[in-house]
Amino acid sequence: MKLGFYPGCSLKGGSPEYRISTFNVAEKFGVELVEIPDWNCCGATAAHNMDKELSLSLPGRILALAEAAGLNEIVVPCAACYSRLTVTNHELAEDTQLRENISTIIGMKYEGNVKILNIIQFLDKYVLPHVEEKVVKKFNHDVACYYGCLLVRPHNILKFDREENPQTMDNVITKIGGNPIDWAFKTECCGAGLSVSRTDLVGKLSGKLMIDALDRGAEAIIVACPMCHSNLDMRRSAINKYMNRESEIPVIYITQAVGLAIGLSEKEVGFQYHMVKVKLKEKPITENLVVKKVVQTEPTEEK
Amino acid sequence: MAEFEPKIVAFVCNWCTYAGADLTGTSRIKYAANVKIIRFPCTGRIDFMLLLKAFANGADGIIVSGCHPNDCHYTYGNFHARRRWMIFRKLIDFAGIDINRISFNWVSAAEGARWAEVVNTTVETVRKLGPYENYKQVALSIYDQEDKTHE
Amino acid sequence: MSKIGVFVCHCGENISATVDCEKVAETISKLPGVALSMDYKYMCSDPGQTIIKEAIKEHNLDGVVVAACSPRMHEPTFRKACAEGGLNQYLCEMANIREHCSWVHPRENSTTEKAIDIVRTMVEKVKRNAPLESIKVPVTKKAMVIGGGVAGIQAALDIANAGHKVVMIERDPSIGGHMSQLSETFPTLDCSQCILTPRMVEVAQHPNITLISYAEVESLEGFIGNFKVKVRKKSKSLDEKLCTGCGLCTTKCPNKKIPNEFERGLGFRPAIYVPFPQAVPNKPVIDKKNCTYYTKGKCRICEKVCPTGAIRFDQPDEIVDIEVGAIVLCTGFDVKKPDFFPEYGYGKYKDVIDGLQFERLASASGPTQGVIRRPSDGEIPKKVVFIACAGSRDPAKGIEYCSKICCMYTAKHAMLYKHKVHEGTPYVFYMDIRAGGKMYEEFVRRAIVEDETQYIRGRVSTVYEKNGKLIVKGVDTLMNGRLVEIEADLVVLATAGVANDGAEDLAQKLHVSYDSYKFFAEAHPKLKPVETNTAGIFLAGACQAPKDIPESVAAASGAAVKVCGLFANNELTREPLIAIVNREAPPLYSNCVGCFMCQTVCPYQAIEREEVKDRSGKVIKTLAYINPGLCQGCGTCVALCRSKSIDLLGYTNDQVYTEVMALLND
Repeated sequence: MKLGFYPGCSLKGGSPEYRISTFNVAEKFGVELVEIPDWNCCGATAAHNMDKELSLSLPGRILALAEAAGLNEIVVPCAACYSRLTVTNHELAEDTQLRENISTIIGMKYEGNVKILNIIQFLDKYVLPHVEEKVVKKFNHDVACYYGCLLVRPHNILKFDREENPQTMDNVITKIGGNPIDWAFKTECCGAGLSVSRTDLVGKLSGKLMIDALDRGAEAIIVACPMCHSNLDMRRSAINKYMNRESEIPVIYITQAVGLAIGLSEKEVGFQYHMVKVKLKEKPITENLVVKKVVQTEPTEEK
Repeated sequence: MAEFEPKIVAFVCNWCTYAGADLTGTSRIKYAANVKIIRFPCTGRIDFMLLLKAFANGADGIIVSGCHPNDCHYTYGNFHARRRWMIFRKLIDFAGIDINRISFNWVSAAEGARWAEVVNTTVETVRKLGPYENYKQVALSIYDQEDKTHE
Repeated sequence: MSKIGVFVCHCGENISATVDCEKVAETISKLPGVALSMDYKYMCSDPGQTIIKEAIKEHNLDGVVVAACSPRMHEPTFRKACAEGGLNQYLCEMANIREHCSWVHPRENSTTEKAIDIVRTMVEKVKRNAPLESIKVPVTKKAMVIGGGVAGIQAALDIANAGHKVVMIERDPSIGGHMSQLSETFPTLDCSQCILTPRMVEVAQHPNITLISYAEVESLEGFIGNFKVKVRKKSKSLDEKLCTGCGLCTTKCPNKKIPNEFERGLGFRPAIYVPFPQAVPNKPVIDKKNCTYYTKGKCRICEKVCPTGAIRFDQPDEIVDIEVGAIVLCTGFDVKKPDFFPEYGYGKYKDVIDGLQFERLASASGPTQGVIRRPSDGEIPKKVVFIACAGSRDPAKGIEYCSKICCMYTAKHAMLYKHKVHEGTPYVFYMDIRAGGKMYEEFVRRAIVEDETQYIRGRVSTVYEKNGKLIVKGVDTLMNGRLVEIEADLVVLATAGVANDGAEDLAQKLHVSYDSYKFFAEAHPKLKPVETNTAGIFLAGACQAPKDIPESVAAASGAAVKVCGLFANNELTREPLIAIVNREAPPLYSNCVGCFMCQTVCPYQAIEREEVKDRSGKVIKTLAYINPGLCQGCGTCVALCRSKSIDLLGYTNDQVYTEVMALLND
């Protein structure tokens, strides 16, 4: 099974552990991830803040390249890249004139045949159906699933999960034997791109969510976005400064959690790259593992 | 040479356009005298054959006007009038009748100024188109051939 | 040969300033069929009208044309004058030479020519006018009020006090509606039940009112003055004649844990229950969905303990036929459950409640006896956050319109809370404050100034629970968008008022139009707020649009007066300018071919199928028949009829074609 793969800057740069864990998990489930040839930067926040055409051309080129390479389904682990690519896909599908403009700019035609999966959708489709048989060590921990700002918004374009109290990542954790806690900061901002310019604000925003996670007894925070990971992990000292207390809970990518559950080693999921050392306490295995159910008050599907 | 004064018949509904034309009068707004009004309870009552009768009797232009959609006093007579107009228009256009001579409007009871505007615009349009001889000649020639016992 | 009398009015100078009235009269007098043509200064004056009456007698006129102002002005005046002069009033028409001629054109020959054209057109039309008699429709002097809330109660009492019989149908076991659930009403802070229950009792005891509770409308037939309604009396499992209302059964029922609808889920009730202590009628009903006997076949304790043996487990629903002349719809509204805003946590956190639930907490006969307590642990909240517009004015997730009453009841809630919990702090997150009624703005000011309610202009983004408290995160836009975080003990959502459950079905049964929000449609939003487009059916209260109690009561009285006006005569007189389907002698019977296209387009459902039968009873033809009681005379069916079998009296094909021809030919 071959799928296209768009790493983006982060998976090749500051978040190698996300790439490593994703590849290793995919391999165990018979999925070969093929990097889109000659891919370019997706533009991220910078492009769509400056120039609309640029913000559509950069992802447009990526999609055109994927299509040309015959990769009709691509996995985009980084939430920001996923957002840009999906929004671009949507806008080009809606507006033929725009599609022609962008085609001229990038010098390639894009027919709109590429399907974009975020990491959760990828896990849902290719991993979860067979995960129970492959789990060798239940990920028996209380964890806070952090979705960040981009994974589930804007709902009417992404049509993925729900904006308030999303459940899909929690679902993955449950399937690997984990215990996702109900907490209040699932989609609150971590500080995003202020990581460099205003690290103190990252300390405050990420600190607020860290306080809630700690108070509710989280052993780790699960993420699906390299930006979130970086703010919660690399900027831990700023967070601790804001909270005025030391915190040691690690930040783990969802793919790393899955990897651990199916028996990958710490090195194979890339824990060595983390700033905050990953130390998870082993819980005594009990027969009746209580998984707290969160009361759902709206359907998960799109209306 | 005297300027051509078109003869225009207006088929209007009592509740909106007729009242709107009354308001034009009350407001003393002046407009062209070429248009004469025939009152109907609702534009839904207007059998579009009446329009052709008007042309056959020498009208150069026609105005049909009623309540705005959703405001019809009888809830949706004007929607029926509109539907009829959509089809009738295509039919008579195909038959060679000049549909630019017919003006279909919505004028509400509060739009006194608008009625004057509709009248003036239609008069000028029809004036430029000139007298409408074609239809009248065809219609009258048929009358001539008709059996006169139907008087 | 016709004998038309033409009277050209000068209207002082209004017409004669630009139109040569004498010339008009003179030219018209030459037309064949005109017996008399004259001009006069003021036709509508007494002497003017006398001239017409005398002329009718003197010249034996069979038609009158008054060339003057707009018929919208004086047609009734001149028609009445003609009637007094002995001429059928529908043989009188007006030619509009003022609004459509003298006032809008300068003094020129063309203006006078136009006036002549207009008068000539009406003369030709009147030659083809037929004498018509007003239509008389019998009226059943009994009204039906559907809905027993405050609007229904007011309407029923007003109509009954005017001397007419009323049948009130209420679908719940008791009347009272939402007003009976309220604790106090704004702006007076009157105890809601104290002012309502005397009225409820009056309804039950009024000799002219028949109250049928726990019943719904099954179907409707007929037309104004002559409605036939089938009402389904749902089985209460009770013989009402034997039941004394002692309430013993409700105390002995073992099945006590059913969420109480009256308490909005904050309390429980048994399976055999009276909705609230002041219910009218004060007799219980059995909730068949939850009763142990009906679901499992066991128990029957209520039957055993009833001192009069009134329980009837096998009582079926009963359908009754009721004939009424008018119907008033007062079915009220409902409060939309705010669970479509998952970020507010309604349904997830017990201490997030809606406005009506707060009313129950505040109410002295409520689940907490009027003490404001948190539903989760029964503690008295020290900080309560009220979120206004939780569902209204929101095109993205909620409803677009404003629910009108929430700003006022939120202020009221804040005040009630503060009156009961002196050391507590109420907060209100609002977008705008809509306090447009009498003493309303002053009321809100009291909440802010006297009761120290903290009003914060901004919306709330999330409510979540932490350590037993509800963290409310919002923004204060008047403080430059400063983020506000409040640790609340209780959160109250001011939810949207929406159309009641079943409103659409009822509207379809009654042929009443409704809008996209399922509120019933009024005949004209400005000038006919209590009538519908269906003759004989009136509206009152929140079923038409969200409204507060004074407006509902006013509308109910308005609707009642319309009903009384309808009942003021034994017969309804209507203008005879209606459509009729041609009828001929046998064997043709009619030009109508029975296609019934007309029936589909009539906005008033006025067209019926009439079967023509032969002597043995076999149906020969089915023809269209227009009900003279319902037809409003729009003429849509006339223009639509393919066989040209329908004509509109007053605007017949004959008349209208003649007008066209006369207008264009001198």
